[in-house]
Amino acid sequence: MADIPLIRNFDAGAVFAFRNRRPIRVGEFLGDVRRLADLLPDRRYVVNLCSDRYQFTVGLCAALLRRQVNLLPPNVTPDLLKRLSLEYPDAYCLGDEAVQPPLQIETFLYRQTGNTVSASVPHIPEEQIAVIGFTSGSTGQPTPNPKSWGALAKSGLAEFERLGVAAHRNMSVLGTVPQQHSYGLESTVLMVMQGGLAMHAGRPFFPSDICAELEALPRPRGLVTTPVHLRVLLAEASELPAVDLLLCATAPLSPQLAIEAEARFAAPLHEIYGCTEAGQIAARRPTQTQEWRTLPGVSLYADEKGTWVRGHVEREVLLADVIELRDRNNFLLHGRTADLVNIAGKRTSLAHLNFQLNSIEGVRDGAFVMPEEDDGTVTRLTAFVVAPGLASETIMSALRQRIDPAFLPRPLCFVEALPRNETGKLPRVAVEDLVTRLAAKVG
Amino acid sequence: MGNMNEPAMKETLSNNALTTEELKLAQLIVSSLNLETQAAEVDPAAPLYGDGMGLDSIDVLEVALAISKAYGVKLRSDDEVNRKIFSSLRSLSQHIQQHRTK
Repeated sequence: MADIPLIRNFDAGAVFAFRNRRPIRVGEFLGDVRRLADLLPDRRYVVNLCSDRYQFTVGLCAALLRRQVNLLPPNVTPDLLKRLSLEYPDAYCLGDEAVQPPLQIETFLYRQTGNTVSASVPHIPEEQIAVIGFTSGSTGQPTPNPKSWGALAKSGLAEFERLGVAAHRNMSVLGTVPQQHSYGLESTVLMVMQGGLAMHAGRPFFPSDICAELEALPRPRGLVTTPVHLRVLLAEASELPAVDLLLCATAPLSPQLAIEAEARFAAPLHEIYGCTEAGQIAARRPTQTQEWRTLPGVSLYADEKGTWVRGHVEREVLLADVIELRDRNNFLLHGRTADLVNIAGKRTSLAHLNFQLNSIEGVRDGAFVMPEEDDGTVTRLTAFVVAPGLASETIMSALRQRIDPAFLPRPLCFVEALPRNETGKLPRVAVEDLVTRLAAKVG
Repeated sequence: MGNMNEPAMKETLSNNALTTEELKLAQLIVSSLNLETQAAEVDPAAPLYGDGMGLDSIDVLEVALAISKAYGVKLRSDDEVNRKIFSSLRSLSQHIQQHRTK
């Protein structure tokens, strides 16, 4: 096992990040990492909540130097933080000034102290566990997905190579996605670190913010975003700043949106396909082809259980999508398997949501339903619940403690009973019938 | 920008009745998000996020787009007062009325 350099930005004078419009040089970044590494408490696990992308990255790297594992929960609901604190009793949170310290886990605040510069790039053992991402299981308990530093670094480098970013030397990358999410971590942090690029430390939200921040970055520059942000950006902004690369992931992008985005930004748009368990797997340029091609070093194979991925991932992972393999590096994606829910890049399962709904006191029975997807806008879940005596607000408030806001039911419908069959299952047809009757009532 | 704290304004708007402009904005939000809530029943002082109207960040993007089309106001978040703007329907409506071009 070899050691892999933390970053491949080997010129200490080059820019590593733009923070509040000010460039931070590679040497300053390495100095910040070493200083924070000296200050971190002596624990094994850190929940890196930093909202500033640069500070998050300093925290991630400082933890690597200290051989601490970064925990990356998919959301920070009180329920999930509590579960993490029980599972990892010695974990602490790393937060920055924009983070509201959670009550469930002790928080260490990131402090920018002094400005020593370091020129030497640390190397981290390939096999060291760097992060643990979490996916929601069917029991409310998050499933850990550990990733070694080697897997992360190789994936960052593979993306850089696959997307032809090498042609854009020192490209600056702006992301509208959180760095704690696996796509954000890979495309806005690891690809920057392993491709010798520069990151924008912020996460601009509204279209005007995104345009203004892009405009302020030197070219070449790239935008890492999602279909939701892209659609709003194209609809609202009359003039878009030129970029050199567009990256999109988390949900299917409509072909029209891809064509419009490429035309108006005058840049190629690549989509990334991946999941928390395996990291990023493949990419495609949707205006050229519907076929996905795996990243360097990644391949797929199918057996009776489904499609598996092998490569820079720790172990082979069974994918939760319906995949048509052309060969081991090229495939078509035909949607998600039935239980999987993906809303605006956040993923969970109906089983998990149903577990959470039914664990609320006073709820006798309940089930979430994913309506048929429309194109373009974000589809929300519907939930049916049997809970005599409970108010809608009570249930919504309890759900808010337990699940990510993106999955909150809209609407939540009270029914006298769910149409379960004799084995206790909810037949798909019966559920569709409920949904139709609901639509008739509303419409 | 900062006159939403004017005492006179606070005085007249301290009850829960919606002004005409607030009602129009509530209708715009309800229709652009397909909410079940009746626009007239929105509490103008309740938070838009979380426990109040229950919006999340995806909704806020959608609402921002609808506001830009209807009023010509482009919301920005690097603006210090942003948190305040989205703290309630009332403050959002005041911000729009101060900056509208349509």
